[in-house]
Amino acid sequence: MAMAPAQTPNSYREGPDEHGHFGIYGGRFVAETLMPLILELEKAYEDARNDPSFRAELDYFLEHYVGRPSPLYFAERLTDHFGGAKIYLKREELNHTGAHKINNCIGQILLARRMGKKRIIAETGAGQHGVATATVAARFGLPCTIYMGKTDIERQSPNVFRMKLLGAEVVPVTSGSQTLKDAMNEALRDWVTQVEDTFYIIGTVAGPHPYPAMVRDFQAVIGHESKAQMLKAEGRLPDTLVACVGGGSNAIGLFHPFLDDREVAIDAVEAAGLGLESGKHAASLAKGRPGVLHGNRTYLLQDDDGQIIEAHSISAGLDYPGIGPEHSWLHDIGRVNFVSATDQEALDAFQLCAKLEGIIPALESSHALAHVGRIAGKLPKDHIILVNLSGRGDKDIFTVASALGAKL
Amino acid sequence: MTVARIDARFAALKAEGRPGLVVFVTAGDPDLETSFEVIRALPGAGADVIEIGMPFTDPMADGPAIQAAGLRALAGGQTLVKTLDLVRRFRETDQATPIVLMGYYNPIYSYGVPRFLTDAKAAGIDGLIVVDLPTEEDPELCLPALEQDIAFIRLATPTTDDKRLPTVLRHTSGFVYYVSINGITGSASPDCNAVAAAVARLKRHTDLPIAVGFGIRTPEQAAEIGGNADAAVVGSAVVSMIGEASAQGLSGKALADRISAFVATLAAGVRGAKRSAA
Repeated sequence: MAMAPAQTPNSYREGPDEHGHFGIYGGRFVAETLMPLILELEKAYEDARNDPSFRAELDYFLEHYVGRPSPLYFAERLTDHFGGAKIYLKREELNHTGAHKINNCIGQILLARRMGKKRIIAETGAGQHGVATATVAARFGLPCTIYMGKTDIERQSPNVFRMKLLGAEVVPVTSGSQTLKDAMNEALRDWVTQVEDTFYIIGTVAGPHPYPAMVRDFQAVIGHESKAQMLKAEGRLPDTLVACVGGGSNAIGLFHPFLDDREVAIDAVEAAGLGLESGKHAASLAKGRPGVLHGNRTYLLQDDDGQIIEAHSISAGLDYPGIGPEHSWLHDIGRVNFVSATDQEALDAFQLCAKLEGIIPALESSHALAHVGRIAGKLPKDHIILVNLSGRGDKDIFTVASALGAKL
Repeated sequence: MTVARIDARFAALKAEGRPGLVVFVTAGDPDLETSFEVIRALPGAGADVIEIGMPFTDPMADGPAIQAAGLRALAGGQTLVKTLDLVRRFRETDQATPIVLMGYYNPIYSYGVPRFLTDAKAAGIDGLIVVDLPTEEDPELCLPALEQDIAFIRLATPTTDDKRLPTVLRHTSGFVYYVSINGITGSASPDCNAVAAAVARLKRHTDLPIAVGFGIRTPEQAAEIGGNADAAVVGSAVVSMIGEASAQGLSGKALADRISAFVATLAAGVRGAKRSAA
């Protein structure tokens, strides 16, 4: 695929265009049945975005229900351990339900209610988005169906039980690789079947326009807070931002408000699984090429025939063969530097953070911490790294125990 | 030929005063040679138009039957290159029956749109149905296909309202595929009166023939739906039968014979249909 030579735009924050494109990425690649719904959603979101009462309601729930703002915490012992850059953690794991996912869910369910929708569906990988969706559905009294790959149900049983406690119906998806991408297929099939009353809460910055932009906007609270908090703590912006990226919602949420601050370097960390050369990873930018899946054009793991290849990561939340279209664009134009971390590196970082900071990070976020571990020691002491601790690791203890050979 | 082959077939059907039968099978299901035998026998069994599914790992608009067919084909090593070759071989035996490829965009995008259109035309493909390319994405494939005289057949659905229909129909050629239910392939059966009303609505916006599909499984349904449209599409019921026959150990001509026998009953259904549509 020939790429147009990257041009430096005046602003990195203006996308997408009216067709939902970030450069060549994004778009609306959905069946005709869904097209009128997507257009309705786009209009409803546009109205809501410009309505101060919607913003006020969102802010209320973010503060009093989610627990925002989340702290920006100076990780003194990790900083001392690596002996270089100062490391700050954006504590998204302290949000209600334990991850950044709820920021988006609150936004979308308020929109669903505004649109008069009566039923909520969602896909989930690790279960964090499923739990967050089930939580807001319970709070607003809407019935909720969560599609989850059978493989993921087996490796994330605590979250499955949580969703059920919250009153959601969890539907095991047995098609394809039985993971996140298949759960998304199944949610789309549900949506085309029950178009009249259903709102589909997509959990990441992927899917047809307007989802990538809408989910980003709801997650951008992470970056806006971080900016203000860092200015307060250090009197200046950070030098480097780090976040893990699967679909990429926590990453774009942190990055987006900083994209035009060109002095801020931005590193996003893909899941390298058993290694980039092993064929068992989820690094769609490192090893994929542009294609079309789930309503948008983006980098995908695929074979020569354009068939989608199953991703692998120890972290179910990164186990997706694609990435949000805005990330693909940011990669091509070079504004964000995409790197990767293996399962093992993530496991090591998981344990290190637990032992030094008393914080058990999600395996997803541990990929970001692993990258911080690689760069922090080589950077001067006045260099500031801000890393998004996007979720807590309580859900992962069974996976980690099994990887470490411990019996629970 | 291309668009002209589809137009000629529907003109002939109109002259005969009966609706057509469109049969869907997945390329390479359950294996390449058996699939060729099945497709080659379809015109003789009474299929007026053949839709050939291009297998894809993530068929978002398809129900379990067509998902399973795609997986069988992929497991057998089916690729888009092989699918085009299958059509080329079919064309050596049949010059009159329109062939429409149906599937998802990514394998075509991966193949490269200009190269795909050149090769598809050379193979004898007349039309394309690409589920995840709504009119909003027409510059991707629809407009280049029309330049090559390959029909781009659009899906219209119950959610496509009168305001949107002209947009949807704008670059449609060959025929319009009316998806009779909100849902995935092979699910609930359509309501006949609703279909008749929908076809009448479509006819107010287009002179193109209207084929109706999704959920038609029996000769009776084919006759009933066909009576209200220009053609009935049967897919999941046929590929389910291919799956069952394959699981029973049938392949090659033996499997093709069983499918032909079923298609012949569907064909008898549409041939007996009382035609109420324009």
